[in-house]
Amino acid sequence: MRLFPPALRTAASRAPMIAPLLALLLAACAAPADQRPIIGLITKTETNPFFVKMREGAETAATKHGATLIAAAGRNDGDNAGQVTAIENLVAAGARTILISPSNAKAIVPAVAKARAAGVMVIAVDSPTDPVDAADALFATDNYRAGALIGAYARARLGNTPARIATLDLVPGHPVGAQRHNGFLQGFGLPTLDRTHNDLAQPPEVVCMADSMGDQAKGQTAMENCLQKNPDINVVYTVNEPTAAGAYNALRKAGKVQQALIVSVDGGCRGVDDVASGKLAATAQQYPLRMAELGVDAAMAFITGGTKATGYVDTGVSLIANTPVPGMESLDATAAATLCWGSR
Amino acid sequence: MVGPLVALLLACLFFSLQTSRFLSGDNFALILQQVMVVGVLAIGQSLVILTAGIDLSCGMVMALGSVVMTTLATRSGVPPLVAIAGGVAVTGAIGLANGLLVTRVKLPPFIVTLGMMNIAFALTQLVSKSQTVTDLPPLLLWLGTSARIGRTPIAYGVLAMLALYVVAWWLLRNTAAGRHVYAVGNHREAARLSGINTERVLLAVYTLAGVCAGLAALLAVARTGVGDPQAGQTENLDTVTAVVLGGTSLFGGRGVIIGSLLGALIVGVFRNGLTLMGVSSVYQILITGVLVILAVATDQWSRRPA
Repeated sequence: MRLFPPALRTAASRAPMIAPLLALLLAACAAPADQRPIIGLITKTETNPFFVKMREGAETAATKHGATLIAAAGRNDGDNAGQVTAIENLVAAGARTILISPSNAKAIVPAVAKARAAGVMVIAVDSPTDPVDAADALFATDNYRAGALIGAYARARLGNTPARIATLDLVPGHPVGAQRHNGFLQGFGLPTLDRTHNDLAQPPEVVCMADSMGDQAKGQTAMENCLQKNPDINVVYTVNEPTAAGAYNALRKAGKVQQALIVSVDGGCRGVDDVASGKLAATAQQYPLRMAELGVDAAMAFITGGTKATGYVDTGVSLIANTPVPGMESLDATAAATLCWGSR
Repeated sequence: MVGPLVALLLACLFFSLQTSRFLSGDNFALILQQVMVVGVLAIGQSLVILTAGIDLSCGMVMALGSVVMTTLATRSGVPPLVAIAGGVAVTGAIGLANGLLVTRVKLPPFIVTLGMMNIAFALTQLVSKSQTVTDLPPLLLWLGTSARIGRTPIAYGVLAMLALYVVAWWLLRNTAAGRHVYAVGNHREAARLSGINTERVLLAVYTLAGVCAGLAALLAVARTGVGDPQAGQTENLDTVTAVVLGGTSLFGGRGVIIGSLLGALIVGVFRNGLTLMGVSSVYQILITGVLVILAVATDQWSRRPA
């Protein structure tokens, strides 16, 4: 029996593993960084099409201004430690401005404070920090208004029929999820909470509330359970379009596609297509490209002129619906398709 | 341990040549700070893997420890030191539970810790009500503050991590209990027949892994300044990566614990260096994947009879 670890192997026996590694690195890397100003962009994930679009927009805008964009991300939505590490590394890389979409509004605040103390301008894009003024500025969709648009639309489409609403929400306590949900209720004309709350209002018309984590499979499960709870649901609010796709599948399997109106928020290309095909009654489209462009513009203004961006900048939201209702401005799916992001 | 050390030095050399910002005391202090949480978790993971087990629960248990200590300190009005002790006691108890399930109920470690991972996640959400815990007393953040060594600020948490590695290394090398850990990993039955109380060794190892998760929880709280119920989701596999990159065999019984620190540092150096160069973090994940496979392949080759 061997009680001791075997003798250490020589370095030579492991040296071969180094060569492919270096080759890979050299292949992956361009020339050493030059002296152009550096702008950092930290998204929630690398893969969400919304953030892919945002990154592309930021890269294009940075190149146009003669700046270098360094993109980083958490590994999954909610990965705060990964975003903290990204902030530190971007400050070390010499970034003068960091655009960040915080995965955890509260938990990112100490790291943002450190970066700002080091003289870096930090702009929250898409999602706020909590408190909002922890970052220099916020460039984002007005999520409460996005919710209100689809709420008002659903109310108008439903006419005088009594509403039996299911809401498929994000996760507990998330400001974006809460603003969309409470905004939806406001637009629908139901008692609700104002935009400062992170809790979800539940008037009696909301017969089922469930969390989808913004995920299609979980959205489908949530909708199936809601239909078990109340088979007569006729309005489905979903926090985003993957959730809406899941809800549609659940309704289709239950043979209830005709009975319920699905509304959502995002405006990604898949969602816009779902509006075109009638799976989705309406969605509220937001504009990641505009967030990125405004963010890079603000970064350049700070780098060249020293002026910091402040306050909240609304990056706009539009109602997308193929069946317009009187008194509400909306784009049809064809028009929205030119502004959407992600693959189809 | 020489292999990972060479890999680490070569990576450092490469990044030093690529970007002028890499080679500085401040930057190395930063990298150490960024690996301290995974580094301390990897101590527990190394112990478990040396016994031919695996701990899939460590990241979630760490998250539980961090919300327990922060919730105690803020909402229950418990003195900070007691709150910290409470958090470590909870994670240690979970480690003990893992150990009991492995030794007494004789369930495979993979299954036990997979179950415990889910349990710990759920408990984390229940304790914190899925809310991030903020406004922490200074004592919980102390390990995130820095001492100046020369002109370089080194976080106290980094010093704590290094001290833990030295202690773990010394214990494994120079005490009977440490050798028993290797013996159990090499061949459990043979170890038992030679008079080692293998159950007690395993219980101690899993409990210590739980305690490491508690200490890592304190480091995570100090580093991010909050108790984060979403933390710890990838740390279980991150620690396995660090341990494997450090040359410890997943089959148990072989490895040097300092290697796990080197493994964690390799990942940290790539993440930092690639960001400084402006290369997307996807490449860091790609390279980590390649390195893990190479490291395990090296272990396999070295096991073949000559």
